Amino acid sequence: MKTIQECLKDRILIIDGAMGTMLQRHKLSEADYRGERFKNWSIDVKGNSDLLCITQPDIIASIHKQYLDAGADIIETNTFTSTSIAQADYGMQELVHELNVSAARIAKKVATEYTLKDPDKPRFVAGAIGPLNKTLSLSPDVNDPGFRAVSFDDVVSAYTEQIKGLVEGGVDLLLIETIFDTLNAKAAVFAIKKFFRESGSKELPIMISGTITDASGRTLSGQTLEAFYISLSHAKPLSIGLNCALGAAEMRPHIEELSQLASCYTSAYPNAGLPNAMGEYDEQPHQTAHFIESWAEQGFVNIVGGCCGTTPDHIRHIAEAVKNFKPRELPVVEKELAEV
Amino acid sequence: MSDSLLIKPFLRLSGLEPLVVRPEMNFVNIGERTNVTGSKKFARLIKENKYEEALSVARQQVENGAQILDVNMDDALLDGEKAMQKFLNLLQAEPDIARIPIMIDSSKFQIIEAGLKCVQGKCIVNSISMKEGEEKFIEQAIICKSYGAAVVVMAFDEKGQADTRDRKVDISARAYKILTEKVGFDPQDIIFDPNIFAVATGIEEHNNYAVDFIEATRLIKQKMPLVKVSGGVSNISFSFRGNDHVREAMHSVFLYYAIKAGMDMGIVNAGQLVVYDEIEPSLRTLCEDVLLNRNNDNNEATDKLIQFAETVKAKGKAEVRDEAWRNTTVEERLKHSLVNGITDYIEADTEEARQKYPKPLDVIEGPLMDGMNVVGDLFGSGKMFLPQVVKSARVMKKSVAVLTPFIEQEKELNRKNNQTPEKSSAAKILLATVKGDVHDIGKNIVGVVLGCNGYDVVDLGVMVPAEKILETAEKENASIIGLSGLITPSLDEMVHVAHEMKRRGMSQPLLIGGATTSRTHTAVKIAPQYDNGVVHVLDASRSVTVAGVLLNKDQKGDFLGKIKSEYQKLKTDFENKKSVKQFLSIEDARKNKVKIDWSDYNAPAPSQTGTIVFDHYDLEELAKYIDWQPFFIAWELHGKFPQILKDEKVGSEATKLYNDARALLKKIIQEKWLTAKGVIGFWPATATDDDTIELKNGNSTVNLEFLRQQIKKAADQPNISLADFIKPSKEFQDHIGGFAVSIHGIEPHIKKFQEQHDDYNKIILQALADRLAEAFAERLHERVRKEFWGYAKTEHFTNEELIKEDYIGIRPAPGYPACPDHTEKYKLFALLDATKHAGIELTESLAMYPASSVSGWYFSHPRSQYFGIGKVLKDQIEDYAQRKGMAIEEVERWLRPNLEYDI
Repeated sequence: MKTIQECLKDRILIIDGAMGTMLQRHKLSEADYRGERFKNWSIDVKGNSDLLCITQPDIIASIHKQYLDAGADIIETNTFTSTSIAQADYGMQELVHELNVSAARIAKKVATEYTLKDPDKPRFVAGAIGPLNKTLSLSPDVNDPGFRAVSFDDVVSAYTEQIKGLVEGGVDLLLIETIFDTLNAKAAVFAIKKFFRESGSKELPIMISGTITDASGRTLSGQTLEAFYISLSHAKPLSIGLNCALGAAEMRPHIEELSQLASCYTSAYPNAGLPNAMGEYDEQPHQTAHFIESWAEQGFVNIVGGCCGTTPDHIRHIAEAVKNFKPRELPVVEKELAEV
Repeated sequence: MSDSLLIKPFLRLSGLEPLVVRPEMNFVNIGERTNVTGSKKFARLIKENKYEEALSVARQQVENGAQILDVNMDDALLDGEKAMQKFLNLLQAEPDIARIPIMIDSSKFQIIEAGLKCVQGKCIVNSISMKEGEEKFIEQAIICKSYGAAVVVMAFDEKGQADTRDRKVDISARAYKILTEKVGFDPQDIIFDPNIFAVATGIEEHNNYAVDFIEATRLIKQKMPLVKVSGGVSNISFSFRGNDHVREAMHSVFLYYAIKAGMDMGIVNAGQLVVYDEIEPSLRTLCEDVLLNRNNDNNEATDKLIQFAETVKAKGKAEVRDEAWRNTTVEERLKHSLVNGITDYIEADTEEARQKYPKPLDVIEGPLMDGMNVVGDLFGSGKMFLPQVVKSARVMKKSVAVLTPFIEQEKELNRKNNQTPEKSSAAKILLATVKGDVHDIGKNIVGVVLGCNGYDVVDLGVMVPAEKILETAEKENASIIGLSGLITPSLDEMVHVAHEMKRRGMSQPLLIGGATTSRTHTAVKIAPQYDNGVVHVLDASRSVTVAGVLLNKDQKGDFLGKIKSEYQKLKTDFENKKSVKQFLSIEDARKNKVKIDWSDYNAPAPSQTGTIVFDHYDLEELAKYIDWQPFFIAWELHGKFPQILKDEKVGSEATKLYNDARALLKKIIQEKWLTAKGVIGFWPATATDDDTIELKNGNSTVNLEFLRQQIKKAADQPNISLADFIKPSKEFQDHIGGFAVSIHGIEPHIKKFQEQHDDYNKIILQALADRLAEAFAERLHERVRKEFWGYAKTEHFTNEELIKEDYIGIRPAPGYPACPDHTEKYKLFALLDATKHAGIELTESLAMYPASSVSGWYFSHPRSQYFGIGKVLKDQIEDYAQRKGMAIEEVERWLRPNLEYDI
C-alpha cells in the first residue's frame, strides 16, 4: 500500500468536510449527547460534539463514511476540542484520553474498511488538534495586555495528553488546524516533538493549517502569512495550509502566496463561502468546487477539502473538479548559496 | 510549471512580519537598548516596574532602524524569568514593535526558555555554548530547536572563551558539526559569535582582538557558508566609555571591515551609527590603526587615539532622528511638516517663507495650500487616516496664526491707501449642530477635514437655532450649509431648517450628517422640503468629495440630479415597504407580553431607597472601564479594539492615536482637568397591565410610561415592553433604579486647545470625556449590581465582558430604542434631582448638557434585556398620550421616528 508521501506525489489528495454541519442534521437532543453513561452528568453537554465519539459512535462513523464515499483520502478525527483546556467547559477533563482514543479508533476502523475495499486508494486518518479556547499571545483583559489566561506549559501538557490518545487510537497523521494564534500551534509542535522523542516511536507526519481571519491577510494574533509560515517551519511539516474563516474566493490570494513560500506540500480547506446574515453558509457544492478547481489548475495545492458549512456533496464536487490536475510540485530547497 | 520553484537557504526569522536575511541586506541591526546590563535607563525602568515606559525604549530602537530586538534581563536584583516574560508579553501587544523578531539574550538558560514561551514568531536565542561540555550544549540546542528558534553560538568551550583567530574558528566548526549532525539544525539557523573583545586597553595582548575577530569571521564564512556571524559591537570600544564620539567612530570603522569579511549582524545602538564616510578623516585613520593593529608597536596607535579622545569632549548626544529634510527648500520643509504633522519648526519656517514671498497671503495660497493638497490627496486615496489629517491641520493652523497679524497689518495699510482688500478665494462652508443638540465631535472633525482641503469653514457651534444658521449663511455668503445632530429630535429640527431654507428662497445645497441621521431619513423626510439639493454625507472623508462636486459648476447639476432620483426611489421603496409588515393591536400586543412566572420570584431589594450622590468620582478608577472602540469610531477608524491597533492598514495610526489619547487621559487624571459627578436612586415599584410602572418616591407616586413592541413576532417571541420586567404587586415588592452621570470641566481646556490651534487634542479630549461618561455609567452599574442593589454580588467580569453586556439587568436610557420617548427624562431627572446632583441641564430637545452625560433606568430582573420598540400604531399612541396626559400631536412629534403611520 502506498504511503501518504507517495500518494501526494501522484495526485491532489482530498480531505473531508465539516463534522459540525453534518451533526446538525441529526438534531441531537441533550439526552442523545449524554447517552446512558452521562445521563446524570452535572453540566449540560449538548454542543460537546467530541463527546459523541463515546455516546454516539455510530453517528460519527456514518459521517466519516459519507465523506469517504464522497472521495476523501484523509478524514479528520472528531477531536477539535478534545483537550483538558477545552473540555473544562463541560467538566470532562478526565475523559480527554478516552475521547481521543475513541475518536481515533472510530475513524481508523472505517478508513481501514475503505482501504481494504480499494487498496489503490488508501485512506488516512488525521488526528485533529484544535486551537483551544484560550490563547497564548493575546490578553483576554484589554486593561492588562501583559496578562495571559493560560501558560505555555499548560498548553503543552494539554496537547500532549491529546496526542497520546490520538496516537494510541491509531491515527496516521497529526493535524494542527484552525491556528489563529501561532504560539498555541508552537506549543502543539513542541508537544508532538517531545512526545515522539520521549516515547521513541516513529514520529507521525504533521499537517499544519492556519487561519487568516480577514482580508488583510493576517492571523488573529497579527502575523502575516509568511511570518506565520516561518514561525512554524521548524515542525518540518508534511504540509502547511489554510482553513476556516474564509470562503474559497477570499482564500485564493493567500493560498497562492503560500504555494510560493512553502518548501513542503500545501493544503487548503475553506468554508462554504462567507456566512450570510443568518450565520449560515450557503455556497453551493459546485461553486466551492469551481474556485478550488482553479487553484488546482494553477498548481497552488496538494491537499484540498472543506471546513465550516461544507458537506459530503461539496467534497464530491471538489474531488471531481481536481482529479485531472497534477498536484503542486515540491520546490527545490537549495543547500548552498550561489556565489554573490 | 516546468521550472521548479527554488527556495534559498536563507536565515528566516519572524515577528508579526517576516525577516529574511538575504546576502544583499549587507548588515542586520540588532537593537541593544532593551538590555538591563547595557542600558541604565532600561534597567531603571524595569526595576521600578515601569514596563510601559520600558516599551518606549524598544519602540525607539525600532523607529531608529533596528531589525531585530535584543532583550536581556540579566540582573542580580531582578527575577529574570518573570521580567523576561512580563516584558515580552507586553511587547506582543505593541504591533509596531512586535513586527520585528526578538533575540532572547541571557546567560541563564532558564531565562531564555521562559522567553521562548512568550513569543509566537521565530526568535534567536543568544546564546548557547560548549562551556559546560557537549552534553549540556546538545540538550539546550534541542530545546531551542523545539521552540523553532535560531541560535547564537558563542566561541566558548570547556577551556574558556576563544580569543585567537584559530580557536574561534575551531570551536565554531566543532559546534557546527554537532548542531547539524547530532541535533538536526539547519545550517542557516546557526549564528556564530566569535567574541568581540575590547581593544586599546593598554595591554599589548589585546591589540589584535579586532583583527582576530575579523579574520575568524572570514574563515568561518568560507568553511560554513550558510551560517551567520554576529557580535556585540560596543565591546570593542569599551576602553573609551563615556566618550561616545570616539566610540561611535570606532564602531563604524570596525563594522566597515568586519562586514567586508562576512559579519552579517550585530548588536548595536541602532540610533547611533555614524556613516563611515562621514567620520572626520584624522579620527578615522586613528581608529583604523587601532582596530587593524597597524602602526601600533608599543601601543603607539592606541596612545594616539587616547590623546585624540581627550581633545573631544564627550558630547551627550540625544537621540538621533532623520533630519535630512531640514536641508531642503522652505516650501519642501513646510510640506514635510504638514504631511508629517510636525509642529517643531513650523513657526520659523513660516516666518522664513513670509520673508521670501511678496505678501503673507501668498504663503498660504502657495506652499501651505500645496502641502495641504498633498494631505488631501493622500487622505482621499486612503494613504493617510483621520488622526494624521487632524495633526496636519494643527500644523496648518499654527502656520496661519503666524501669518495672521501680518495679513491684518496689510489690510490696515490697504485701507489707509483706499485700496480694496484682497478677497480670499476659498469657498465658504457653514457648519452647525442644530438647536437642542449639544454633540459636536463629528461636526468638528468634518470642519477640520474641510479646512484641510482649502475651504473656509464657519463653525457656528452647538444648539444653533435655524434662524441663526440661515441668517449667517446669507450674511457670510456661504456656498454650502452642513447640519449635524446626534439625538433623534434633531432629525425634526433638520427637517425644519430645510423647510425654512425653501421659505427664504435660499439656493445653497444642504448637507446632513451625524450619528442619528441616515440616507433613508434624509430621502424621505428632509429632501422633499428643499429643492436646491439635500445630501446625506456618511462621514468626514466623504464630505470633501461631496463639497468638491457641489462647488464645481460642471458637476453640480448632474450630481444633484442623480441624488434626487436616488432619494426619490428610496422614498418610494420606503413607502411601499411599510405596508408589508404586520402589526398587532396594542391590546393583542399586551397579551403577548414577556411571560415571567412571578409567583416564586423574590425581587431583590436595594440596600437603601432614595438617591445616592457621587461628587468627584475617582477618574483613575473610571479610566479602567473605558470602552475604546467608540473612541476609534469617532475618528473614523473602524474595527474592533484592541485588534485595530494591529490592523494592517490603520494599525500604526490607531496605535499612535491610542498612545496620544492615553497620555492625555493620564494628564486629565493627574492634573484633575475633569470632574465626574453622578447620582443614582432606587424606588419601590410595581407594573400595571397597561405598561405603566408605578413607583413610590417617599409618600408620592410617580407613573413611568413605557411603550410596547407592536410588530407581529414569530410564534414564541413576545412583544416586549420594559414594564414586563417589573413584578406586578400591590405591595410594590420590586424596585426600579435610575442614574445620571456627567463629566464636567472640559470648557477651559477646549478653549486652551483652540487657542493653540490644536484640533487634534481638542477632539481627543472631547472623545475622552464621552468615553469617561460611558465608563462612569458602566462602573456605577457594576457597583449597583454588586453593592447598592446587590443582586449579583459575586459577578466578576472583565471590561470586555461588561462591554458585551454579559451582566444581569439593564440600564436603558429614555430616548433610546427600548424607551424612545425623550420626555420621560423629565421624570428621571426630577426623581434624581439630576440637575442639582449631577449638574446636568436638559435642552429643549432633551439633550443633556454637558454633552458627556449619560442617564437611564436600572432593571434588575434576570430576563430583562435591551431591545428596540420599533414602529408603533396609532392605537398605542392614543393610549400612551392619555396615560401621559399629553396631546396626541405632541406625543407624535416626540416619537415621530417610531410612528408606523404618516402625520
